[in-house]
Amino acid sequence: MSWTQISCQYDGTYPGFLSCVFDCYVNREEPVEFHSPEDMCCSLYPLRQVETDEAHAQRVFRSFGKFGAEGQRLAVRTFLTCLPDRELWLWRFLRLAYEQGPKIGRNLTDPTVDKVRKAVWHLEHEAHMYKGFTRFSELEGTLVGEIEPKNRVLPLLRAHFSGRYPQERFVLHDRTHSEALFHQPGPQGCAILPVEDFSMGPAGAEELAYRRLWRAFYDTIAIEGRYNPKCRMTNMPKRYWAMMTEFQKDWDTALPEIKGV
Amino acid sequence: MELLDKLNILADAAKYDAACTSSGLDRAGRQGAIGSTMVAGCCHSFSADGRCVTLLKVLQTNFCVYDCQYCVNRRSNDVPRAAFTPEELCELTIGFYRRNYIEGLFLSSAVIQSPDYTTELMIRTLRILRETYRFGGYIHAKAIPGADPLLTHRLGLLADRMSVNIELPSSPSLALLAPDKKKEAILTPMRQISEGIAASKQELAVCRHAPRFAPAGQSTQMIVGATPESDRHILTLTQALYDRYQLKRVFYSAYMPVSSSPLLPVAEGFKPPLLREHRLYQADWLLRYYHFRAEEILDESQPDLDPRMDPKCCWALRHLEFFPVEVNRADYEALLRVPGLGVRSARRILRARRVGPLNFEGLKRLGVVLKRAQYFLTCSGRMMQGLHVSEDGLLRHLVSLEAPALAEPAPEQLSLFDSAV
Repeated sequence: MSWTQISCQYDGTYPGFLSCVFDCYVNREEPVEFHSPEDMCCSLYPLRQVETDEAHAQRVFRSFGKFGAEGQRLAVRTFLTCLPDRELWLWRFLRLAYEQGPKIGRNLTDPTVDKVRKAVWHLEHEAHMYKGFTRFSELEGTLVGEIEPKNRVLPLLRAHFSGRYPQERFVLHDRTHSEALFHQPGPQGCAILPVEDFSMGPAGAEELAYRRLWRAFYDTIAIEGRYNPKCRMTNMPKRYWAMMTEFQKDWDTALPEIKGV
Repeated sequence: MELLDKLNILADAAKYDAACTSSGLDRAGRQGAIGSTMVAGCCHSFSADGRCVTLLKVLQTNFCVYDCQYCVNRRSNDVPRAAFTPEELCELTIGFYRRNYIEGLFLSSAVIQSPDYTTELMIRTLRILRETYRFGGYIHAKAIPGADPLLTHRLGLLADRMSVNIELPSSPSLALLAPDKKKEAILTPMRQISEGIAASKQELAVCRHAPRFAPAGQSTQMIVGATPESDRHILTLTQALYDRYQLKRVFYSAYMPVSSSPLLPVAEGFKPPLLREHRLYQADWLLRYYHFRAEEILDESQPDLDPRMDPKCCWALRHLEFFPVEVNRADYEALLRVPGLGVRSARRILRARRVGPLNFEGLKRLGVVLKRAQYFLTCSGRMMQGLHVSEDGLLRHLVSLEAPALAEPAPEQLSLFDSAV
């Protein structure tokens, strides 16, 4: 099947990407590059601007039911990963999935499926780590937390934290992607919204007391005769330490600023 | 006494208990309550000794009437003593839980006044947590040997996981080092808990709202290196515990010299048997996930685990007649026996080979550790290209693969000006 090769420009969102998929299939075009509004660079390939069309996106999304459970999971979650050129890999994966159907979930040795599966594993693994490593601070009745993930893990953390703290008001800020998960008690109380500027206020006396207690517990619980910093680093990479209470000595207000780039 | 001081004392007293996981139970959050659990458990932090921190692991109190020689809380030891009131422990737990510091509570206790009194204190704490605070997170409670069965049962209805520490791997050792704890006093609550769990599961099959007794199962712990039992003895005991009491997990704790008792290994220059503990855990994994039996791993001719290699490699080298295994035809059990092939890789192989025959490159993508597995596998009848196998060479090669992980801390750089060289 010789489809014309084009460069696709869309608005950077998942429905936008699905609209691209729809248009490319309709016009029999093969995208070799994807551009979102941030990276406007010239390309040797003919450019196609794709407007986000909800109806088209819904049609494509519903067709993912043909891929079986595993294929569907990969098709939906790849867009949240930090894989470079993830749109291209996802496009290739979808082409393969439309041909093979539910078998795509078993075709683990294929290079495209393997790449996509490993990217989604990285995303899910990071989300699982953050379920444990996120730290909230209580500021005037609201729990506030900040994380700095490589992948977009908030959609995966949403169900977990909403289910765990249904009566609490909390905010979880994602520094890398400038968005935050908001939750308040009641049905429909949860939303993920883009956030431009975020800084935590000063902590009250009770919050400082709890931080001190936790730090004391953390320092006491280690057995000196088994000191093993390498094992700790393997299980808990240093990039998580910046946001965790037990490693902050004088942390009584906002989280530390990001130094450097 | 300040809450901070109490926490320091009682967390310090509880830290030698290795059996601290938050796994085994999936419980969704409920409206009007706080808390949920995950079946895989969740690590909230890792302490400086590399171990996972997932629960608030404390003793209710470290006042103890017993005098077990290996324990830091023994009656004859001069340490600061403290006790949490049920109310302040609950408040601390909920405060930590809301901030996502912990997955739940691990409550153990030294024996204050009597086993019954201690258990009643623990029950009071757990009831406040479950009923007043409507806490749905993970609770691991330690049953106190010698307590009334009715109290142990009530504790199990409030906790998710229960455990009773076996402490030492044989009754002579137990009699010598912990004369207050009789073997029957330990095994009776274990039997009661396992029967309670089985009965509760049956009731739940009939009525969804039946009370749940320790739904995440039971575990236990024993100390390794304090007494002269062989690894074979320990592993056989572990197998018997899994068979007879359906435990979820047996934990091993390398003996840390906190005692100056003449009955225990001398504290000066004593190195805790961390590598032996690590090999025992690897053997325990073989029992639970890889369908091995204790007799296959160790027998009279080899009563101790080889420290140079993991037990699965050792077994493979002693049973080379079982190999090579054909990846495209072998069943799940046979695949599990191949070194370098874990449970996940074996499952992926079973899924992937339904699509087409696998080759070595495909195996690499599936996550198989080919450095080990290449000697034991064939793909469509052929071994990996460029491989020459001989028995001694195989042993040496596998030992050298393992060596970097066992390396001692790097030796000091020698100086050209050091006169001692």
